[in-house]
Amino acid sequence: MAILLAVWFVCSYVLGIFLVEPLNEARVGGFPLGFWFAHQGSIYVFVVLILVYAAVMDRLDRRYGVG
Amino acid sequence: MNVQAWTYLIVTATFALYVGIAWWSRVRTTSGFYVAGRGVPAVANGMATGADWMSAASFISMAGLISFMGYTGTIYLMGWTGGYVLLALLLAPYLRKYGKFTTSEFVGDRYYSDAARLVAAGCTIFVSFTYIAGQMRGVGVVFSRFLEVEVHWGVIIGVVIVFFYAVLGGMRGITYTQVAQYCVLIVAFLIPAAAISWKITGNPIPQFGFGGTVQEGQQAGVFLLEALDALHRELRLPEYTAAFVPGKKSMIDVTAITLALMVGTAGLPHVLVRFYTVRSARAARWSALWALVFIGLLYTTAPAVAAFARVNLISTLHNTSYSEVPEWFRSWETTGLISFDDQDGDGVIDMTDGVGELTVDQDIMVLANPEIAELPAWVVALVAAGGLAAALSTAAGLLLVIASAISHDIGKSILWKDMSSRRELLLARVTASIAVIVAAYFGISPPGFVAQVVAFAFGLAASSFFPVLVLGIFTRTTTKEGAIAGMSSGILFTGAYIVYFRLIRPEATAEDWLFGISPEGIGAVGMLINFSLALIVSRFTKPPPEEVQQLVSEIRLPRERAADG
Repeated sequence: MAILLAVWFVCSYVLGIFLVEPLNEARVGGFPLGFWFAHQGSIYVFVVLILVYAAVMDRLDRRYGVG
Repeated sequence: MNVQAWTYLIVTATFALYVGIAWWSRVRTTSGFYVAGRGVPAVANGMATGADWMSAASFISMAGLISFMGYTGTIYLMGWTGGYVLLALLLAPYLRKYGKFTTSEFVGDRYYSDAARLVAAGCTIFVSFTYIAGQMRGVGVVFSRFLEVEVHWGVIIGVVIVFFYAVLGGMRGITYTQVAQYCVLIVAFLIPAAAISWKITGNPIPQFGFGGTVQEGQQAGVFLLEALDALHRELRLPEYTAAFVPGKKSMIDVTAITLALMVGTAGLPHVLVRFYTVRSARAARWSALWALVFIGLLYTTAPAVAAFARVNLISTLHNTSYSEVPEWFRSWETTGLISFDDQDGDGVIDMTDGVGELTVDQDIMVLANPEIAELPAWVVALVAAGGLAAALSTAAGLLLVIASAISHDIGKSILWKDMSSRRELLLARVTASIAVIVAAYFGISPPGFVAQVVAFAFGLAASSFFPVLVLGIFTRTTTKEGAIAGMSSGILFTGAYIVYFRLIRPEATAEDWLFGISPEGIGAVGMLINFSLALIVSRFTKPPPEEVQQLVSEIRLPRERAADG
């Protein structure tokens, strides 16, 4: 879970806010990269994070014989 | 059929649908009223959470706000989605596992104190009323524009509908109407978005069109965002994609606001309570995922719509003669959401920064989109229905939270401990009715505009609930004194800061703010105060009783609690 929270922090705050200016120098398709993280990428990452968490917890539940 | 006839038809049809669902799912028990009998499937709960969560601000104002803010709009995009990660990982499964009906009840039990529960219930009521004001004003805006009725009649019609299904159907009624409302609002948002994306970039998927190239006009072949930056330079405004430049918010402010909104999301009582309605902790995790998927659909589309609308606005209006403005301009001019003041008397609209010939309200960006994209009348009507669905679903969720805070947390457990379930259900219905009337009053004479008011609710939720819930679940030693001190100082500090800079000294600039953090972001600081004070006070007070510590360990074990109401 600590890893997931670290990814959460890195994607939203580090990539989307703190490093937005240097990342904006890079362009992917029509997007400045930092801007893309702030407006799109972070949201996709959030979805994946919860997906991973829910799946991992399901496995844990099964291992301990619940759910 | 014209726009108005379509609007009447679609709005009436959706309202009839909501009322029908409410009648079908009406409830007779307190468990049904507060938590829908805990039988809601994860996907349905995800949809309901989406509608509950996406308010008039998300639907009507957000894309418009982003449109004017450019990069800085990320505070809403990340702030209002990132909180779901915290919710799914730190709160929802544990609260569901604990069971019971309200978040304040958890606070009361975990901190073995009615006082803590009372403070939590008080914070719930305060936060929810702040938030509901924005929703009712959203209802009024939609009604007055699309149905050409007075704002206050619009609010009254909306209130009657909400009254019907919230009071009658309780949480069960609300949940299933919210599922329907989600479908209405997402279709209403995506159709115009796809159409405008198609029109400007030739790609019907807004998320891709956003990074695509402009199809027509002077900038054909240029990337949309580059074209937008160029237009901004031409108007002497800061570039759309640039961050932290003069004229935009500073890095620390963006960080603080984003954090306050994220944490606030995770701490909003009406969102938390949705996770009480599912079957198990496991279902709570999956429904948090579904909720974010459904929310993300709108939230990744909105910034694209913002950019399209911005390009369109500037390229069709800047340097255009007033006599040649498109038709949508005329029809929205009558509502006062857009206006032209010809400073130099040449009859040409000049949008250059500082000239101020054109005044545009951000709400217009979504509401007028279908007309700008020249879509058929029924799509315009659908947007009206979508805006209403967004506002009504959120308002209903909030009303229920207020009603349960009063009837269950204050009434049943503190004032009249031996109240029967039937009496409690009656009391819950009466308080919901009173809350509806208060909300209607807020809707008719609203404070500030929609998204801003809502932003304050987050600051307050961030600084009151989130820390005590996290500490309550993840530490065994936080005491009741710590929790009460934390909650009250957090909400007092945040509330005082907001009142001071919004009401007493609204003219203050960034230099006057504490560390340059605006009132919208101060909840992040309030949260830190809450956390630290709770931890410090806990060190110096008597540790919690053994059974409470036992309870904390138990919530975190992967086993379901068998008994709950």
